[in-house]
Amino acid sequence: MIIEDVLCPFCGCLCDDIKVEVEEGKVVGVKRACRLGSSKIRGHERIRAPMVRRDGELFETTYDEAYDRAARILKGAKRPLLYGWCSTVCETAKKGILLAEEVGGVIDSTATVCHGPSIIGIEEKGLSGSTLGQVKNRADLIIFWGANPAEAHPRHTMRYSSNSTGMFTPEGRRGRKVIVVDVRKTRTAKNADKFILIRPGTDYEVISALRMIVKGKGDLIPETVAGVNKADLEEAAGMMKAAKFGSILFGLGMTHSRGRYKNVDNALSLVADLNGFTKFVVMAMRGHYNVAGFGQVCAWETGYPMAVDLSRGAPYFNPGETAACDLLGRREADAMMVVAADPASNFPRETVEAMAEIPVIQVDPFPNPTTFLADVVIPTAVCGIEAEGTAYRMDGLSLRMKKVIDSGLPTDEEVVENILDRVRRLADDN
Amino acid sequence: MISGRTLGQGASLEAKTSPEFFKAVSFCALSEEDYDALGISGEGNVLVRNEFGEIVVSAKKDEGLPPGVIFIPMGPWANAVVGRKTGGCGTPQFKGEKVEVEGTKMPVMEIRELFADMKKQGGGRS
Repeated sequence: MIIEDVLCPFCGCLCDDIKVEVEEGKVVGVKRACRLGSSKIRGHERIRAPMVRRDGELFETTYDEAYDRAARILKGAKRPLLYGWCSTVCETAKKGILLAEEVGGVIDSTATVCHGPSIIGIEEKGLSGSTLGQVKNRADLIIFWGANPAEAHPRHTMRYSSNSTGMFTPEGRRGRKVIVVDVRKTRTAKNADKFILIRPGTDYEVISALRMIVKGKGDLIPETVAGVNKADLEEAAGMMKAAKFGSILFGLGMTHSRGRYKNVDNALSLVADLNGFTKFVVMAMRGHYNVAGFGQVCAWETGYPMAVDLSRGAPYFNPGETAACDLLGRREADAMMVVAADPASNFPRETVEAMAEIPVIQVDPFPNPTTFLADVVIPTAVCGIEAEGTAYRMDGLSLRMKKVIDSGLPTDEEVVENILDRVRRLADDN
Repeated sequence: MISGRTLGQGASLEAKTSPEFFKAVSFCALSEEDYDALGISGEGNVLVRNEFGEIVVSAKKDEGLPPGVIFIPMGPWANAVVGRKTGGCGTPQFKGEKVEVEGTKMPVMEIRELFADMKKQGGGRS
């Protein structure tokens, strides 16, 4: 049986045209997906059964015991951290926020080690945004800044941006100009009309120089800025002003480098400046398929998109204080629940060492280094393949993910709900 | 040192205990100039270190890199040399940490070795 129009549960492109071939309840073929999506949909090694740690080793157990242990850890903690939520659907996030509220914890998503600074930058400055459909159908200039979709979002250029063909962009790649700004010549850079190589950590300076040229103050700029020739910046600024519909698509090159949210703030200001001359939009190239969705749910439930402290009776948000890496780095969190994420791989080693010192609950379909540090491990169905639900594409469009096969495993949402029930019952017992 | 996504890293992202993930993530790309200047020998491994830690990774040339910049795919190997500070915004500096690189004959650690003693040291009370 071939199932059409399956959504891909990998990156923020959330491609919705995948064909999945299913035989006897198993995925046997995947068409149209990129290497990343296809690899995930075809499947990997799974966590076989719930596990709890005894005397330093993980032993298989029942779901009931795992839920019970998880509830007791969270209930007993003074400063529990509930982290992850991006490779799962919005319905899980909603239950996770309820659980965080119930245990007086902090809830944070993988955005804080990804595009978190972009969100802060957008809160500071505002965003001249668009959908990917607008970029596809209208943009005649695409700028990838610190983004490498050739490796991180492989179908982005064909489906939505530089190489796509749309209503007012019938010539596709030939009808568009592409600028790539990066610290290395990436595969994406090889597709560019103009590549600007900047030194690491100098995004802010380069954006400031571009803003000055755009606003007619170019004579004040030195001959080189952060290793970039003024002539190259002038040429790029000229291309931006000459565009009918320009689009800056930025990646973690901006948020992971010196300056972080200030880089994003400045890029959004450049876009605001350019809108004095032509139409310009800007978008963050979000990584996980539903990292944007957690931000949406968290914002409508608590008023903030990530790093929300629910221990005070009212939501409190101060990244740098309440983000996962900060809480762990200060040795403040005394228990951690990880849902659909792998902080043991993706946090700095020093931060992971703090994680190893506290009880960790992992809810995930796949074994990973977080499993090595976990005290309770609860396997779940893979959202978008074995469970349905809602996810938000990188441009904020919400889409319904399908279930294509039955795993017999509980969903992330069911697991979080079960733990929440037990936490509430523990509260009643007291 | 810049860390970031690659196709190989992404394709094996949900299979982190697999040999594919090890192969895709435990390397360091250097410019041709830097690679040649380091006179990398033996298995072609390098020791990357800074104030935050040190890690052995295999070395390869990447013509897209300018001299003085190295790239390690995002993951536990790269994160050994990323500091915990978040600059007040919750996000560590995964790109642009200063590191020293030298050739080494030491082997690259497998993923389980990287985490082997961590939990025991911490005790994992619960």
